[in-house]
Parts: sequence; structure tokens; C-alpha cells
Amino acid sequence: MDKGIYLDNNATTMVAPEVVEAMLPYFTEQFGNPSSLHQFGNQVGRALKVARKQVQALLGAEHDSEIIFTSCGTESDSTAILSALKAQPERREIITSVVEHPAILTLCQYLEKDGYTVHYLKVDKRGRLDLQEYARLLSDQVAVVSIMWANNESGTLFPVEEMAEMARAAGVMFHTDAVQAVGKLPINLQESCIDMLSLSGHKLHAPKGIGVLYLRRGVRFRPLLRGGHQERGRRAGTENAASIVALGKACEMAGEALAYEERVVRSMRDRLEQGIIEQVSHCFVTGDPENRLPNTCNIAFEFIEGEAILLLLNKMGIAASSGSACTSGSLEPSHVMRAMDIPFTAAHGSVRFSFSRYNTMEEVERVIAAMPLIVQRLRKLSPYWNGDAPADEPGQEFAPTYA
Amino acid sequence: MWDYSETVQEHFFNPRNAGAVEAANGVGEVGSLSCGDALRLTLKVDPETETILEAGFQTFGCGSAIASSSALTEIIKGMTLSEALKVSNQDIADYLDGLPPEKMHCSVMGREALQAAVANYRGEEWKDDHEEGALICKCFAIDAVMIEETIRANGLRSVEAVTNYTKAGGGCSSCHEGIEEILGRVLAEQGEQLVINAVAAEARQPRTGLTNLQRIRRIEELLDEIRPNLQRDHGDVELVEVDGRHIYVKMTGACSGCQMAATTLGGIQQHLAEGLSEFILVLPAEELACRATVGG
Repeated sequence: MDKGIYLDNNATTMVAPEVVEAMLPYFTEQFGNPSSLHQFGNQVGRALKVARKQVQALLGAEHDSEIIFTSCGTESDSTAILSALKAQPERREIITSVVEHPAILTLCQYLEKDGYTVHYLKVDKRGRLDLQEYARLLSDQVAVVSIMWANNESGTLFPVEEMAEMARAAGVMFHTDAVQAVGKLPINLQESCIDMLSLSGHKLHAPKGIGVLYLRRGVRFRPLLRGGHQERGRRAGTENAASIVALGKACEMAGEALAYEERVVRSMRDRLEQGIIEQVSHCFVTGDPENRLPNTCNIAFEFIEGEAILLLLNKMGIAASSGSACTSGSLEPSHVMRAMDIPFTAAHGSVRFSFSRYNTMEEVERVIAAMPLIVQRLRKLSPYWNGDAPADEPGQEFAPTYA
Repeated sequence: MWDYSETVQEHFFNPRNAGAVEAANGVGEVGSLSCGDALRLTLKVDPETETILEAGFQTFGCGSAIASSSALTEIIKGMTLSEALKVSNQDIADYLDGLPPEKMHCSVMGREALQAAVANYRGEEWKDDHEEGALICKCFAIDAVMIEETIRANGLRSVEAVTNYTKAGGGCSSCHEGIEEILGRVLAEQGEQLVINAVAAEARQPRTGLTNLQRIRRIEELLDEIRPNLQRDHGDVELVEVDGRHIYVKMTGACSGCQMAATTLGGIQQHLAEGLSEFILVLPAEELACRATVGG
């Protein structure tokens, strides 16, 4: 088997070779503390400045001081929400959506225990929000709205720019978890009403362990980590210099590759989707196909289970991921699939293929060739399947007693 | 990805007895709501001997669900029904060289399908009596329902008690927050409040296996052993306080103010540490006064 086909780029990405090259000197000769006065620190400090500019450029931020380096997307999310609450103690409500990443949802559930009211916006069968419901919930009681830019499982995009404008009009802070969107879509924050944005380095070919919180100038802020003066006192802790340099380089490369992402990556994704749907019966694309990330495709294969599909794909050297309960470790089927009201016999068989600019059309064809056999093999084992069609009236034909 | 044993992988990639048995006379259909898996087990039983001649499975589920089904059919083929009913979910897991704790319910589903199929063969109706909750303790695969029922049945009031009764929380201890949450909820229903000890209990007690009183007596004995050496130099030592690993002593007589006091303390510390078989610090009593002032 060769090196395998990696179609799980929404989970994490390969660090680009140019990025590795850019960061390596900061482990060895450029080891100084950027806060130090001497030449060892000084040069590192200058490198961080360049990286900050590179991130600023990708996000279209007005000032480079609006970029705060953190350790990961989760830290950025927690910092944003907890800051909003701390800065406006009289406001006790949060608006978010049911399909957010656990970095937001678990925090919100925890805050509910502390007496905060969290409004979870629902989605329809294609994963779309009801903006009228959102408009009704905006009030002077709301401390912050946190809505993801792109969904990690289905790739569905939320109209965050419009929602941020609505929040601004109502005098409410707006945060977006954009870890899946940054580097895949053009973003211009200075033209938007977005107050805070989280991104994560390892989703765009930088290493793990580096993230950014964008904080619009003038937005009231309370740091999560207090201590030294790093990041202008907004995120204490010695800078992860090598990774910051890496993220800067990765942002520069992502900016240059945006057109490629939109054209070539999208065409690979579309070919995979069309190739599979043509050959495999009883499967469908989840989410909102008209309005999603160019790199993400989520297909629900009915009557079979996702982990079993992944294990067989893995045996053929193909890496993907699933919204099935059994792959998450939690036993809960994907909250995103459940929120879209996908029948459980299909939700459990949902498989996400997520591309990067390092994939090739040749890989796509190999996955298209592999998929029908895998599905066929598992359906042969399935009690919901009979011969080459679903068992008549699945619910009635096979009716297990549930524990 | 899960840490599946070789045997689990082998039964997943090459499942035995897949598909429905022709002319089956016992069929069991069960599902696990907690993860959406479902299984149909078909048996061909010899009516004369009640021996299982053939067994087949159809499974909608993950790798370990398919492997558990395959293992189950291999185990029960050739058994009589009464033998087969003695097969536990642990037997299925053992046959597969173990399952990850999150996946133990796959083997439970196998056992239930077997019970349902035997009931079906005998013309009885099978009722499931097993309720499964969210997995709390991953070290010992204990779920929320089990923990809650045990708390209620035994009037438990602490995480430690829950660990003693269910094993939950006895391993890595990362699920203690989850256990506390369940405890808090159950106690609140009874109008009580959960009293919490934020520091791990073992750190509060030296690991000597002695009670506090026994330990202090032992320290006195040990000091008595070296006292003659000190008295020979017209000095003495007095035990002032014992606070966990910190043992405070006062040097008296010629020892007080002696330039060798630090060395002497070091000697006392070594003697006490050896005698108690634990790591301790012997400190001059003045330190105790310092600690009291700074509130530490």
C-alpha cells in the first residue's frame, strides 16, 4: 500500500512543507524569548510581527493588533465567550446554534449551570438557521452571539456576516467560530460587523497547538489568562514563537491558494460526490449542497453504520470520518445529523470526506471505485437490507426490541 | 480510532455465520438505543436435543457490533439452549480478547439477541430488563443509570462511596466531576446537599497505614532512640507538631543555638524517615511560627 489517501482535512491537515521550513529555525538558532531586549529575543520579536501581519492579511482585519495568538481554537472560543460575559456582567443570555462544535456547546452547557440562559438556534433538514427566530431573541439581555461560520461535519455555511449586522443593530457582541472557514473562503473582517473570530492553525496546514482570536479594536475585553504583558496583556504566557511563525506562513499560503480552493478543490469534491451517488443506491448528501465549504462532502449511506465503513475504507488506505455514534467515543450519534432530523439508519451511516489542496483527482477516482464494494459488503450484513434493496418497509420488516 | 484487538478485527473483516439461517426456528431482534445498533439472530435448533445446529446474524452496527455478533454465533453453535443461555456478555468479550469499555454494550446486545431468539423458539415473549445510560467511568465501563441506581439503593453520599460500590471513578479519576453531578442531583431530590472534599483523600493521610496517634507515638519512640546521643552533648529534642509530612521539633539545652543544629536536624530527619518508611521533613519549631503568620 502506498502512503494512503487523506480525505479528513476537516479533522486536521498536513503541515505544509514550506511551513515546516519556516518554523524550524525558531527551535534552534532563533530560540530567544521575544520579550527579551538582546539580539536573541529581538529577531524572534520581529518574526512574530511579520506573522501577525500575515494573519491580519488573510482575515482582512483593519489592525494587526486585533490578532491575539492563542493555543488553539478551543481557547479562542472560551476566551471570546467568557470575556463577553465578564465584560457585561448585567447581561445573562447567550445565543448560539444546536450544531456548534463542542468547544462552544460544552462551554455553554457548563455556563447554564452557573445560571446563564443559552438560546440554541435550531436548524432545518438542510442545516439552515431561521433568522427570524434569531431576530426575536436578540435583546439587551444577550451578552454574546456565537455562531460558527462553517459546519465541520456538513460544511454548511451560516450567514454570519448578516447575523453580525443584526447583532450590531441590536447592540449585541458577535463571535464566530471560523476554524473550518478560514483559508477556504475569502474573509474580510474590516468590512463586517464581526467582533470576535476564532481560528485554528492545524486546519490550514499550520501545526497543532496554535490558534488566533481576532478581537475588533474597541470591543470590551477581559483576558482569560492573566500574567505577563504578551499579546498586549490580553493573553499572557510566553509566545509559541515557532508555531506563530508557522501560522503566519500558512496564512500567507492559504491566501494565495483561495482561488485554487474554490476552483480545483471544489471540482474534486463535486466529482467524488457525483461519482459515489451515481453508483451507490440509497445514499444522499447531507446539509445544504448549494451553500457549503468547497472542500467538504458528507454522504449518508442508509442501512449501514459509519464506523464499519471507515474501518473498511482504512483497510484500503482511505481516511475519512463519520457522524456515527460509534466513532465519537461518546455513543451519542452526531448532534449535527440529529439536529437536521436525519433518520438514524442514515445518520449512523454518514461519512464525511474533506479535501485539501494536496489531494488529487486520481485519488478521487480511487475512492469512487472503492466505495460501492464497501457499501455492498456491509449491506449484506445488515438486517435492514435484503438482496439488493432495502428490506420491505424497513421499520416493519425488521423491528428490534430496543434496550 | 478504537483500540481493537486482533481478534475483533479478524471477526469484523471476516465475519463468521453472516446472513440469515434457512428455515430458522428461533429469531431474536434487538437494538441498543444508546448507539442505534441493531441485530437479528437466527437459530436452527434441533427440537429433539435442543441443540443449536446453525446460527446466523445480521447486524446494523459498528466494527465491534459486527465482531460481537460473529463471535456469538461461533460460541453458541453446537450448544444446547440451556448451555447457550449461560453465555454472558463477558464471555463474548473474552472470546474477542476484550472490547474497549465504550463498546461493551455491543456484547450485551449479543447476549440479549440470544435470549430473545431462545424465547422466540420456546414461544415465549422476551422482555428487556436492562437500561443503559451514558458512559461515565471509562476505566471500568460504568454508566450513569448504574451509578444513579446504586446511589439510591444504598443512600450513598460521596464519590468515594460510589467508587466502593460500583468501581466507577476508581481508576484515572477523570469522571469524578460526572459522578459528583449525579450525586448532587440525587441528593438534591432528597433535600440534601453534596459535601465535597476538593483535595484527593490519600494526600491527607500519610501512607504508613498507621493512625495519626500511632504515627505520633512512633515518632516519639524514634526520637527517644536518638535522645541519648543528644544528651551526651548536653542537649535534647522535643516534638512540637506533626502536620502530614512536616514534623516540627524544638532543639533544647546545648543543642539550641548550636552551629551544628542543621546537621543534627538532618540526622534526626534521616532516622525518622527510615523508622517511618516514608518521606518526611523535620523542621525547627520556629518554622511553625512563620507558617502561622503567613497563613500557610
